[in-house]
Amino acid sequence: MSTMQNLVNWIDDRFPMTKVWNEHLAQYYAPKNFNFWYFFGSLALLVLVNQILTGVWLAMMYKPSAADAFASVEYIMRDVEWGWLIRYMHSTGASAFFIVIYLHMFRGILYGSHKKPREMVWLFGTVIYVVMMATAFMGYLLPWGQMSFWGAQVIVNLFQAIPVIGEDLSVWIRGDYVISDATLNRFFALHFLLPFILAALVFLHIVALHKVGSNNPDGVEIKKNKDENGIPKDGIPFHPYYTVKDIVGVVVFLMFFAGIIFFWPEANGYFLEKPNFEPANPLKTPDHIAPVWYFTPFYAILRAVPSFAGTQVWGVIAMGVSIVAFFLLPWLDKSNAKSIRYKGPLFKYALWVFAITFAVLGYLGVVPATENGTMIAQMLTLIYFGFFFLMPTYTRETSDKTTMTKIYFLAMAVSTLATLYYWWLFEGGAAGSMGVKLFVTAIAAGHFIIFGIKPWAKPEQSKPVPERVTG
Amino acid sequence: MSEGADMKKRRFLTATTSVIGAVGVVGVAVPFIASWQPSTRAKAAGAPVEADISKLGPGELLRVKWRGKPVWILRRTEKNLEDLTTLDPKLADPASDMPQQPDYAKNPHRSRKPEILVAVGICTHLGCSPTFRPDVAPADLGPEWLGGFYCPCHGSRFDLAGRVYSGVPAPTNLVIPPYQFLDDNTVLIGDDGGAA
Repeated sequence: MSTMQNLVNWIDDRFPMTKVWNEHLAQYYAPKNFNFWYFFGSLALLVLVNQILTGVWLAMMYKPSAADAFASVEYIMRDVEWGWLIRYMHSTGASAFFIVIYLHMFRGILYGSHKKPREMVWLFGTVIYVVMMATAFMGYLLPWGQMSFWGAQVIVNLFQAIPVIGEDLSVWIRGDYVISDATLNRFFALHFLLPFILAALVFLHIVALHKVGSNNPDGVEIKKNKDENGIPKDGIPFHPYYTVKDIVGVVVFLMFFAGIIFFWPEANGYFLEKPNFEPANPLKTPDHIAPVWYFTPFYAILRAVPSFAGTQVWGVIAMGVSIVAFFLLPWLDKSNAKSIRYKGPLFKYALWVFAITFAVLGYLGVVPATENGTMIAQMLTLIYFGFFFLMPTYTRETSDKTTMTKIYFLAMAVSTLATLYYWWLFEGGAAGSMGVKLFVTAIAAGHFIIFGIKPWAKPEQSKPVPERVTG
Repeated sequence: MSEGADMKKRRFLTATTSVIGAVGVVGVAVPFIASWQPSTRAKAAGAPVEADISKLGPGELLRVKWRGKPVWILRRTEKNLEDLTTLDPKLADPASDMPQQPDYAKNPHRSRKPEILVAVGICTHLGCSPTFRPDVAPADLGPEWLGGFYCPCHGSRFDLAGRVYSGVPAPTNLVIPPYQFLDDNTVLIGDDGGAA
């Protein structure tokens, strides 16, 4: 035996090296029909590694104090050798992370990767998404610019809207009565810690995935069709097939990534917002504050919900629920088929409308609030929640209506009516132009008729799913 | 293995050990959670600040930093005070009934001295600092604007007594901090001698 083989045997007797390699790469059988959408999982991992590596390097030169933070970022940009590149890799990486993750999540919904038996994979994924948002939010405070300061001020104040404990909770989060040095210091520590928790969650995400096996664009369980050696007939080993395929994805991704880093790192104020080039000033608010683009769909929902009964908490609740809804998806989707290829027409319609809704809400969250914009955001908020909470009705394929289905249906009917009432009658009706008012009313009513009443009358029908993957 | 074992005793020991362990975990979590509270230094920085208003002319605004927040001191003109009384129907809480303001702000001018307004310059919506807009009927705020504060973040409007207009995102009037006059020209912000 060669020395190399001896070494491998020596390790294998003490640590399951070859076993893990085989189980998770060389003999992990993934469906052979992965397409374009399947690049984004490995790309997310790549961006996470990029964020941790550049982040640790930035932490070597950055000073987490209100007095020094802004100047230390400028120091990194101007005086540190290659500091500008490392910082732009990190700041562009944050936006790239969200682009990749949003596409990865969309892929999941598209092909039913949230459905049985992959609920745990989906749940770990959504936890990763929430932790990512927390990490990004804390990271955005660190440059201590105007947008860092006032963005954090607005977001931490969201907690203040919680009845009874809100005030104390927000003081506890800040460690002061305003965003201050104490807040910056702890956000830095947490921003450094959370990526490692993310890495641990990614590990759990993959452990759960490898327990149940990968889904595919057909939503066919390849483990149900095995050859005489117990290998799925439609499976190919992850390594070398998909490792090599993913390298192609990595190269294409890096071309775009490098292009933005070198030629367009601020992305016109979308990746690095303009007021953030001014140091934080607690006495002066910038003319327009908006979160970074990846938070704006939720921010638009927050702004769309009006204050009611003397409290702002309703918008905060709506924003919270809009994120929590993702966790519930595996149990809201009742359709027989996993993949969009075999689902009924109503789900296809709902998913694409949801994707457009998410994008338009994102746009509305970036621009200053106007009366017409607010009404459109309210209509889209209804559609957003309708996608999730009417799902048990529009994906139901049997004619018997369960109690939960009836409750969902009723809740959405009431909220649609309440919104219509608010637009037209409440204190003389919503402000804004009559054209927009008619437009949003028509869409809200049409939305409810299609999503709510249509499947109520005649249940959705999935197409039969083939035994084997289709290519 | 469990031959001759007293299962009842074993269960009891397992349960008590777990309970004591849980108490220990809770106990040790206390300092970690409490360390996030404002430190003694942060609390000390919340000490009252004095402001000299001798040079503040009618219609002028002075910004003072208290607990890291902007505090506005505004000397209103006679006209401003007259205007305040005409605005009541447009306001959400014209009589300052919500409990978040000290007793001496429960009057039409929301202040100890009618002409001097002392208010925390932080919007009660989500914490932006509104802009001082004393100009009457500017193009962007409409012909009925009699001067006040306008929040650029989400469009909340307040009059020159810090009272919120109805139908805007901010739910309540601007906060009046505890304050007192040490003499005619000196305001102490952050301490009202227990009058609240």
